[in-house]
Amino acid sequence: MALYSEKVMDHFTNPRNVGKLENADGIGEVGNAKCGDIMKIYLKIDNGIITDVKFNTFGCGSAIASSSMATELIKGKPLSEALTLTNKAVAEALDGLPAHKMHCSVLAEEAIRSAIKDYYDKNGIEYDKSQFPDPHNEEEHVED
Amino acid sequence: MKTIYVDNAATTAMSDKAVEALTPYLKGVYGNPSSLHTVGQVAKEALEDARARFAKCINAEAKEIYFTSGGSEADNQCIRSAALNGLKKGKKHIISTAFEHHAVLHTLKKLEKEGFEVTYLDVHADGLVTAEQVAEAIRPDTALVTIMYANNEIGTIQPIREIGEVCKTAGVVFHTDAVQAAGHIPVDVKADNIDMLSVSAHKFHGPKGVGAIYCRKGILLNTFIEGGAQERGRRAGTENIGGVVSMTVALEEAVKNMAGNAVKLKKMRDRLIDGLLKIPHSRLNGDRKMRLPANVNMCFEGIEGEGLLLLLDAKGICASSGSACTSGSLDPSHVLLAIGLPHEVAHGSLRISLSEDNTDEDVDAILKAVPEVVGYLRNMSPVWEELEKGERKHLI
Repeated sequence: MALYSEKVMDHFTNPRNVGKLENADGIGEVGNAKCGDIMKIYLKIDNGIITDVKFNTFGCGSAIASSSMATELIKGKPLSEALTLTNKAVAEALDGLPAHKMHCSVLAEEAIRSAIKDYYDKNGIEYDKSQFPDPHNEEEHVED
Repeated sequence: MKTIYVDNAATTAMSDKAVEALTPYLKGVYGNPSSLHTVGQVAKEALEDARARFAKCINAEAKEIYFTSGGSEADNQCIRSAALNGLKKGKKHIISTAFEHHAVLHTLKKLEKEGFEVTYLDVHADGLVTAEQVAEAIRPDTALVTIMYANNEIGTIQPIREIGEVCKTAGVVFHTDAVQAAGHIPVDVKADNIDMLSVSAHKFHGPKGVGAIYCRKGILLNTFIEGGAQERGRRAGTENIGGVVSMTVALEEAVKNMAGNAVKLKKMRDRLIDGLLKIPHSRLNGDRKMRLPANVNMCFEGIEGEGLLLLLDAKGICASSGSACTSGSLDPSHVLLAIGLPHEVAHGSLRISLSEDNTDEDVDAILKAVPEVVGYLRNMSPVWEELEKGERKHLI
């Protein structure tokens, strides 16, 4: 199918890290059902390292593929590195997304940030607030 | 893997007869009907023969048929033409519905910008408008009523004859977009009180890029493509004769086999509806009775339609959805929203549109695949999890 790259189709039809983590150290959820995309990311964190990650996504093929790829990219990585993950990197790792689907990769980046922020908040860890801009829904509407 | 094509409301495969009818015009009959010589006149005769035969299929007269490049062009020309005629008499009000095809809706939006006022009738939860609604909306300055014969997404058949009667009594021009109806259900422009009608060939096993307008004699059809006297001056451009002949053959075949096909299609359709409704938290969109014989349109809660389509495609099943992701915009189908579905439910829609070429085995395969795919997607959906935990209220 021409709409998506083979890599997107692979991550959509065989998504990595699908599921939930009981006793997750950080949980992030972004998007809303009305817009047709919700991503929920679960992190297990040990000594500042993401030792495990799972996701649940309601959304189109590229949303599921973006979640899958993003979780692969941060698994086993230190939090500092996970925080540098950009939506572009997710899209590039998928060999690109159609222009009107780029917001799916944005959602993946935001979901990870949101899960890390949740971990920091739960554990009283100080952080630079500017690293976590409030992921407003309107951001999804920017890319059209 | 066998391909199961159930997206016939999007387009159909050409029938063998339609292909056969087209072939001589690709090689052999190449004349321009406007030419005086024999080669041109052979083409002219074929064109006029097709016009007469096409007209017969909808109980019109040959002179009332104008060939176009398709349904969208036909809709554009009919609506703009009626609007212009109204404007000349100072009438600037149009009545339509919220769930028309975009060829109609976008034309109306443009007309609104140009100073027309459009009343969009509510299509209710069952996807139907009533003649009473039309009667109530008609004003002294109403120039046109345009209401589709059957909806392309949810397949609901509107009470066209009654609406036509109301318009006739009120002296208002009535146009219907019959793109999904022609060749599928009986269309009789006289009995149905239709003034103008649009048709597209590729929806009934004809070729793409050809359609037609029916415009009742006595109603002026204004010209929007200038440049020649073709189609009695109403639409310039050298005629697509092969397309027109092929379309006519396809329509004749569809009309001839309509009753038999409908029986077969309804059986398959109803088995699909009953089978798919067994999936928990699913619903049928659109009235069950006033429905095209080939249309199934369902919503499954907690999932998004595009994923559903891609996974069905991977199993060889080609269907369609009204989800935002398949529409290229952020909003789900305007048709599903018009019948009152919340966004989150409309995102999880699936349209199956059959043709008489489908089989009971196709139905079996769909009834096996859809519950599997819906289950798979629900399993990874945080929305479904919340619904099941009671953290979010089931809407269907």
